[in-house]
Amino acid sequence: MADTAKTISFPLSGVGSRVRTMPFWTPVFWVLMAGGAYVSYLRLFRGLGAVTNLSDQFPWGLWIGFDVLCGVGLAAGGFTLVAVVHIFNIERYKPILRPAILTAFLGYVLVVVALLFDLGRPDRIWHPLVMWNPHSVMFEVAWCVMLYTSVLGLEFVPAVCERFGWKTPLNVLRAISVPVVILGVLLSTLHQSSLGSLYLIVPEKLYPLWYTPLMPVLFYISAICVGLAMTIFESWHSSREFGRYIEMPLLSGMARLLAVLLSMYVALRLMDLFERGGLGLVLVPRTETYLWLLEMCLLIAPALLLYSSRVRHNPSGLYACSLMVVFGFIANRLNVSVTGMEAGTGVHYVPKWTEVTVTLAVIALGFAIFRFAARRLPVFEGAELGTKPAA
Amino acid sequence: MSFAILYDSTLCIGCRECEKACAGRWKLPYNDTIAAEEQISAHKLTAIQTHGDHFSRRLCMHCNEPSCASVCPVSALHKTALGPVVYDETRCIGCRYCMLACPFQVPTYEWLSRTPRVRKCDGCYDRRKAGRPTACAEACPTGATSCGDRDALIAEAGRRIAEKPDQYYNRVFGIDDVGGTSVLFLSAVPFEQIGVKTGLPKEPLPLLTWRALSLVPDVVSPGGVLLGGIWWITHRREEVAAAEGREKKGNN
Repeated sequence: MADTAKTISFPLSGVGSRVRTMPFWTPVFWVLMAGGAYVSYLRLFRGLGAVTNLSDQFPWGLWIGFDVLCGVGLAAGGFTLVAVVHIFNIERYKPILRPAILTAFLGYVLVVVALLFDLGRPDRIWHPLVMWNPHSVMFEVAWCVMLYTSVLGLEFVPAVCERFGWKTPLNVLRAISVPVVILGVLLSTLHQSSLGSLYLIVPEKLYPLWYTPLMPVLFYISAICVGLAMTIFESWHSSREFGRYIEMPLLSGMARLLAVLLSMYVALRLMDLFERGGLGLVLVPRTETYLWLLEMCLLIAPALLLYSSRVRHNPSGLYACSLMVVFGFIANRLNVSVTGMEAGTGVHYVPKWTEVTVTLAVIALGFAIFRFAARRLPVFEGAELGTKPAA
Repeated sequence: MSFAILYDSTLCIGCRECEKACAGRWKLPYNDTIAAEEQISAHKLTAIQTHGDHFSRRLCMHCNEPSCASVCPVSALHKTALGPVVYDETRCIGCRYCMLACPFQVPTYEWLSRTPRVRKCDGCYDRRKAGRPTACAEACPTGATSCGDRDALIAEAGRRIAEKPDQYYNRVFGIDDVGGTSVLFLSAVPFEQIGVKTGLPKEPLPLLTWRALSLVPDVVSPGGVLLGGIWWITHRREEVAAAEGREKKGNN
């Protein structure tokens, strides 16, 4: 109980005082917020057509491809670490659990915000609660995202309770934590894979370098990979940002797992492509091929590099690898949802500036809320466990 | 009885009476500018297209197992027993997954509306229920578009090909494409030459999704048990270690 006592007396401005100021990013943030507000106004009063380059033939663009598909994936660190710490009981990862849960929670909330922009009738976002279609992948995803966002809320609330010293809710949450944690991992498994299942119904539209019946499995494995990569990415940044020590032994351990999972992922994709007789497509000189190669390079390079213990134990090397995985993942999701669909639908889609503005504003909002919460709440615990100062 | 529409491209003269009748039924504006648009859109639910010397028609194919209805998270679209695939705008949340999923790219959207709806041909469901032909079939002066029982129309299409084999491409589109559609096409030339999407699988596309989605219960129950089991084992190990530690202390 000594731990609780320590965190309860967490000083109001304790962590905050060490936070660096951001002379460049603060104005950028406010410009994006103003832009986002203006586009929201246009979206609300002039309709989707006025603020997007979407069309009848190309109904899903940047907001689904990036904000939703990438957003949900990039937030996968939450369930991965929760499983590691609470289910596999590997306690030493506890210091980086809370930041991962906070990232995941914010990620999901922002996905819902982005959906409010993208849905034609955002006022009816609650309809899947009462109007069911169990044959629809979207229906399953809607339920999972809704339930899992609540689970993430429950997983993060203890930080708030500790901050304000509320003991009763804390005890209630502890009592129900095991089923909540298991539910969270199951829900994540279901919808991370189902985001891939969304595209199973368009075999004639999605380019064969990406279309495969294995999409749900591939989406799931890559989500775990990017979840681990995001945790490394975020630890590196917060160590600089908040003047903390970086948890190198923990991150190196995760990087080892990441290397194995990435190799599995790449091997599975290549074997599947071979199995479907699609390897020849890799030699066809067209945009899809180049984008596919880019995506593969961004995933193969870190997979190989992270097998080297020198890279794994070097903060910059680790950071570079995690960044490649994140970009490789984003490339994959955008290829499936946008570029891979262009030939099949006969449309060349480039997002409008208004779409880009909303996406950037949502990302900026995520960073800002994370910063705010990390300063005010006991998110980073046990920073003393770190060994090496950050670069 | 299952209803269907037969469009015979060889009989079509491109007069666009079907377009006009369709616009009238939906109370949509129709003029020369709209007539010249050869694409379907939220304000034009059927369109005659010119492909060289041949005409073609765009309209909802009313699939026997429609992708749009299978993907809709709120069941706003469904295949009626009578045949037409209909849309309930009061349910729709505007996710536009139906538009992405439709192999024929039929559903369109009211992009500039504040309360947008998906728009598509509904096979004149109300008229069919009253036993009347569709507006387009009724308006067609040459019999290029006709409607009736699906099996009877398939037989009729076969008869036309058999009678004038030199005038027809020897296939009826829609008998088994994506599991069969309630709109059938006849053409003088291969279908891809009149803009009809060929090369689609014979099996209904919703099956592709269902194969993955039906595995969900198989993931949930064993997955839950597995995770619970791992939790129990890893924590039990800790408890045992703690208990053994206490015992040792006691013995000392």
